[in-house]
Amino acid sequence: MSADPTQVLAFETDCHIFDGCGFPSPGLHSFLFEPIWGDGDSNVYFNKTMLLALLGSIIIVGFFWAAFRKPQVVPGKLQMVAEAGYDFIRRGVVYETIGKKEGEKYVPLVVSLFFFVWMMNLWSIVPIAQFPVTSIISYPLVLALIVYVLWVSLTFKRHGFVGFFKNVTGYDKSLGPVLPLAMLIEFFSNILIRPFTHAVRLFANMFAGHTLLLLFTIASWYLLNGIGIAYAGVSFIMTVVMTAFELFIQALQAYVFVLLTCTYIQGALAEHH
Amino acid sequence: MSPLLTIAAEEMENPLVPPIPELVIGLIAFVIVFGFLAKKLLPNINKVLDERREAIEGGIEKAEAAQTEAQSVLEQYKAQLAEARHEAARLRQEAQEQGATLIAEMRAEGQRQREEIVAAGHAQIEADRKAASSALRQDVGKLATDLAGKLVGESLEDHARQSRVIDRFLDDLEEKAEAAR
Repeated sequence: MSADPTQVLAFETDCHIFDGCGFPSPGLHSFLFEPIWGDGDSNVYFNKTMLLALLGSIIIVGFFWAAFRKPQVVPGKLQMVAEAGYDFIRRGVVYETIGKKEGEKYVPLVVSLFFFVWMMNLWSIVPIAQFPVTSIISYPLVLALIVYVLWVSLTFKRHGFVGFFKNVTGYDKSLGPVLPLAMLIEFFSNILIRPFTHAVRLFANMFAGHTLLLLFTIASWYLLNGIGIAYAGVSFIMTVVMTAFELFIQALQAYVFVLLTCTYIQGALAEHH
Repeated sequence: MSPLLTIAAEEMENPLVPPIPELVIGLIAFVIVFGFLAKKLLPNINKVLDERREAIEGGIEKAEAAQTEAQSVLEQYKAQLAEARHEAARLRQEAQEQGATLIAEMRAEGQRQREEIVAAGHAQIEADRKAASSALRQDVGKLATDLAGKLVGESLEDHARQSRVIDRFLDDLEEKAEAAR
């Protein structure tokens, strides 16, 4: 499926059904943005997703700055909310998977990852922005790579060179003759596929979610003519329902992302993989 | 349609091929968040959370100490109360015993006094009786001798005889009185 750059959003064309124009369906072109600054040909440019990414960072830092800059023993409302989020990740994710003793060191990373991913997902339903930054593969990929590098270096540090290979290949003598095959599969699964799936899981969810939202939003507008108005209503209701659903998926995917991160770290720290 | 978008679309035919500039910006954006949270904000809140836990634990300890103290004071009071009750009971018992002793003593004293009075009365009566008896004996003797002297015409001056006669007479009287009784 290739993107058709001649297609544009329904809002831009003011095109309705029975007007003789086709349905401006969302597609890959919905995930392309003209650079705000720079040249799309070169690799030096600045576009909407970058703006949203940086803006999101500033919002997260701003929120936690306001909440935790001068924290009180008896917390205010904002601090209490931020503490609840922090505590949820710390206890509910890190301590649960890695354990309190070993996990404490990774709490800042995991907390940052969760709120970063969540914020990037949330852009999907923020008016005007309305684009999940994580539906551009680069953003989930860079996060997955950070986790991947951490995982590999931790495994090396903990188990040494031989231990690393035993760990990533799931070396287990009791497997007998199938051991080489199992080791090969495990190696591919851990070394090559893992960072890919880690990133793509988040990317694909957000990509699909955004496409779905676009579909119903565009349809609501496109159908707004003649008998189509009735269907437009249905489509609009679906837009609202899907928006609520996306709100849930955004938090869930952020949670899944950090949960997997913790599982990988735990696997690296475990004595026997 | 802008040519820029067309070019970009051709480049980005596969959405799984990551554009490099976005990778860099993504890294920068995440590093900003991680830097602030890991270096400043989370250590801040951790310190306060620890302080809070200590404060709560301190409060609990204080409350426990207060409770223990209250318990010990209560026990002390109870012990004192029991002691006081015991003491009161003992005092009452003692008072009762003392009262009983006093009554007994007084009764004994009364008895003794009564006996003394009775004895004194008896002695007095005996003494009176003896005095009366001896006086009567003398008078009766004198009267009898006088009477007998007059009758016999002979003076029974002789003392020995006189007393013998009198005694005999009195003995007779007494014998008669005994017999009459």
